[in-house]
Amino acid sequence: MNGLRRYIDKIKPTFSEGGKLAWLQSTFEAFETFLFTPNSVTRRGSHIRDAVDMKRSMITVVIALMPALLFGMWNIGHQWAAASGQQASFWLCFVFGLVRMLPLIAVSYIVGLTIEFAFAQVRHHEVNEGFLVTGLIIPMIVPVTTPLWQLALAVAFAVVIGKEVFGGTGMNFLNPALVARAFLFFAYPTHMSGDSVWTAAKWWGTDAIAGATPLGEMMGGSIRPTASLLDLFVGTTAGSTCETSAIAILLGALILLGSGIASWRTMLSIFIGGGAMGLVFNLIGANSYMQLPFYYHYVMGGFMFGAVFMATDPVTSAQTNAGKWIYGLLVGLFAVLLRVVNPAYPEGMMLSILLMNCFAPLIDHCVVAVNIGRRKKRWKEAQK
Amino acid sequence: MRNWKLITMPFDKENPITVQVLGICSCLAVTAQLKPALVMAVSVTVVVALANLIISIMRKSIPPRIRIIVQLVVVSTLVVLVDLFLKAFVYDVSKQLSVFVGLIITNCIVMGRLEAFAMTNPPLPSLCDGIGNGLGYGIILVALGTVRELFGSGTLLGYPVMEKIGAYNIGYENNGLMIMPPMALILVGLIIWLQRSRKG
Repeated sequence: MNGLRRYIDKIKPTFSEGGKLAWLQSTFEAFETFLFTPNSVTRRGSHIRDAVDMKRSMITVVIALMPALLFGMWNIGHQWAAASGQQASFWLCFVFGLVRMLPLIAVSYIVGLTIEFAFAQVRHHEVNEGFLVTGLIIPMIVPVTTPLWQLALAVAFAVVIGKEVFGGTGMNFLNPALVARAFLFFAYPTHMSGDSVWTAAKWWGTDAIAGATPLGEMMGGSIRPTASLLDLFVGTTAGSTCETSAIAILLGALILLGSGIASWRTMLSIFIGGGAMGLVFNLIGANSYMQLPFYYHYVMGGFMFGAVFMATDPVTSAQTNAGKWIYGLLVGLFAVLLRVVNPAYPEGMMLSILLMNCFAPLIDHCVVAVNIGRRKKRWKEAQK
Repeated sequence: MRNWKLITMPFDKENPITVQVLGICSCLAVTAQLKPALVMAVSVTVVVALANLIISIMRKSIPPRIRIIVQLVVVSTLVVLVDLFLKAFVYDVSKQLSVFVGLIITNCIVMGRLEAFAMTNPPLPSLCDGIGNGLGYGIILVALGTVRELFGSGTLLGYPVMEKIGAYNIGYENNGLMIMPPMALILVGLIIWLQRSRKG
């Protein structure tokens, strides 16, 4: 380690101001802080110092995503084997999924990081770590057969329009990963919805084996999804690559909550909101979808993934505690509402989170204004 | 010389859409294809230019308190003429544009130019200003229409460009988002971004 440190210190002047490669300063800085925690300290004012900086917290999220990612890889192979009617061992399934997932992940990271580094370089900013998470989440929430060039386009759109135009990581008001998914959803609907995109037919390419997702079956008027509640919970069903397994996602949720990176308020309130809307539909019971027990909504489609990894994004969710409750309740509520009532969109989680992302600043503003009003009133009463 | 500048200024430096940010609504609505965008550009140019000219001639005799009503009457007359002309000669495009021809009356560019320029300037500069602003609006419309039709439908003025160059054979697909109005807004934003960053 000392050798590495010495080497970095040796080449540092080349990249500093006046050096030969000064124009690559941001890139150098990104790799330096990737290897070593920076020891520069803010000198003025009071600051809370914490071992967890942005790189550390992003890495924690990446670790939290691992169970869902690994399960998703196995499930891609499992779906392929089941749909093509062949016996495949655990490892064959996993390797199939790995071979299918790696190009998606590679394209997402290469395109996204290239744009991130270019913007940082042009603006003389430090390269931000936000894309480490975004770049992994994007391939996890698209169908496995998504053409790579479409994914590349979506990633570029998400990074430039969803994030960089607003000033980069921390300034965006929409979750960039969901912007990428929304782009694909509206630009290339034939590859993002319907019945013949969810199961890969070969080791490469965009050919798919037809097969409905649980949500697709419900849209088609089924009484219950074909898969049992247990299957839905474990996640051996068709769907976007890594969103199917509730149990793997909950493992990730434990990591996020234990490390304090995601807010339990947001997560819990999404489940309450979704459940409440489901119960209301149970009471109305006008069609078979409305009669579906509310807890099915938690384990079908992207509800769990959205609630744990996407709605809790600290940048785009509400910041105040009361705001988090309102935000979460509405995310869950709209997700189930869109699923059951809107015939055009089988999955409501993506649109619901994007919608509430737009309202999060307004929610925070109202919460703060109410608090100020309350304290003013208290102060006036104390004056009497 | 000054009149020539009045025509060219709105192309870039004082562009009605990207700098004055007027006329956005119609610019999102009619640019999904190039042909309606072209027709709309010409229609608005004609209306702005003639309205500017007429109002400028009358400017000294218009009582200030009712000037907006007078302007509206002039603009409405011109728009009805344009609408009837379109219906007579390019009926299909006229149907595509539907209410947006009528809505030229409320297009902020028209009222903006009348209030800001024609009311205080002689006829010839006013005519030039109207032509310039109409064309400035038209440039953006044509640019948007070209990009949106080419990538959204794979055609240009109905000619199947993408099919002819064989793009579909190598797996290319049309981008459905391009023909939705939100993408037009994003494209306008990108044009504004380019324009501002060029000026520094």
